[in-house]
Amino acid sequence: MSTSTPAKIVVENVGKSFATEQGTLRVLDNISFTVGDGDIVAIVGPSGCGKSTLMNLIAGFDRPDSGSVRVDGLVQTKPSSSGILISQVGSVFPWLTVQQNLMFGLTDHDQAEKKQLADHYAEMVGLKGFEHRYPHELSGGMIKRAELARALVVKPEILYMDEPFSALDALLHLRMRTELLRILAQERHTVVLITHDVEEAIHVANRVIVLSSRPTTIQATFDVPFAHPRKLSSAPVQELRAAILRELGVESYST
Amino acid sequence: MIAVKRVLPSVAVIAVIIAVWWIVVRATGSVVFPTPWQVVTGVVELVRDGTLFEHIGASLFRVGVGFGCAVIVAVPLGLWMGWVKGAYTTLNPLFQMLRPISPIAWIPIAILWFGVGNVSPIFLIFISSVFPMVVQTVAGVHTIEKRYLRAAANFGVSRATLFRQVVIPAVLPQIIVGMRIGLGVAWLVVVAAEMIALRSGLGYLIIDSRNAGNRYDLVIAGMIIIGLIGLLLDWVMRLLEGLKVVRWRYVH
Repeated sequence: MSTSTPAKIVVENVGKSFATEQGTLRVLDNISFTVGDGDIVAIVGPSGCGKSTLMNLIAGFDRPDSGSVRVDGLVQTKPSSSGILISQVGSVFPWLTVQQNLMFGLTDHDQAEKKQLADHYAEMVGLKGFEHRYPHELSGGMIKRAELARALVVKPEILYMDEPFSALDALLHLRMRTELLRILAQERHTVVLITHDVEEAIHVANRVIVLSSRPTTIQATFDVPFAHPRKLSSAPVQELRAAILRELGVESYST
Repeated sequence: MIAVKRVLPSVAVIAVIIAVWWIVVRATGSVVFPTPWQVVTGVVELVRDGTLFEHIGASLFRVGVGFGCAVIVAVPLGLWMGWVKGAYTTLNPLFQMLRPISPIAWIPIAILWFGVGNVSPIFLIFISSVFPMVVQTVAGVHTIEKRYLRAAANFGVSRATLFRQVVIPAVLPQIIVGMRIGLGVAWLVVVAAEMIALRSGLGYLIIDSRNAGNRYDLVIAGMIIIGLIGLLLDWVMRLLEGLKVVRWRYVH
């Protein structure tokens, strides 16, 4: 399925090291994969394996030491609004209201259009009525919704999601995931999702890439061939989950 | 009722101090040191002949101009030094050296340059409040969380938007802290400066009352008024901390 769509992101032989006091730390080693247009790819791996480093390279916040990252055929040199990063810590500006946050990235519209777009997306993520609230007046889940809406409003082709919902409690996490799927069904985006949650990966993505521990390489790739809405408790889904967990070195007895 | 309970201890302390003061002055039969009541009548006297408000007005005017100029200089300078690394490495050592010099040490130079008019104390206030505000503003820029700058870079906004909607609002709480410190220092300094070189202001009132006939009731009245106005100025700066655009900083 991923080979049938044109390549949106091409990661080729990417390597990255960092200088530390103990010497050079090789974080990423020769990583190559392709993300097709409209693909939803999840990247899972043990903690500290350089998932976020990889995301920084793909989103253009950092450059690889070797190899290249191409988006639409062009080498990624800096971040741009065609691919918005949503990270675990979040970056909704606390000094702007929800509406002002949503209008922040809109550069080519007049004020009335900006407001209208902002309100449309606020409604889409369930923040209608909270447009004029400041983030500190909202709950953690609502701040995440605002962040998602702020990304969607600029109509990015790619969403880079780095453990976007990890800071939320389990119930809220699941709810946000369902919301994300609902939105992705409405608006077509290419998604790169980094997570340590295998269930989340299977729930959202149509391909799962499993990374090894440092120096990080791609250990395995799994297609997720199930149609949405996915029933996570079904036997094939659980089998896939067990297979991915095995790659990560965790034996699962739940199947 | 709760508010009464909260202010009760501090009111009680002040009452005890006044009582002890009164008793000691009476017991020692001092003819120079006034009783609290003499201070009150002194204040009434100053209010009646109108000189009190002239002195307060003169001091506030000097603080207003000196502090205002310091804000106008310190905030842009601090933003620039915080944002441009070269500006910081060039100017920071100079500021770190000038900062610990007491503003009082500048008095002879102020008199030499500006004479004994209004300009000298304004200059001293400027000198005293500009450094803490620069330092706070620079620190504010340096502590902007990286995730916000990354988000701004991600959305590809213009430099003007970056400054207007990210850098300045992020630093604003620190700027206000700097202003509070700066205004506090400015108020300390204006009184000290007026004691030495001028013919008006609360500092002058204190020194002149002593020199012209040991009017210690007016000396103490002047001190208390200085304290009260200082409290009022700090309260005004605290109001700024309550502004909606900076409240996020004080919530968590």
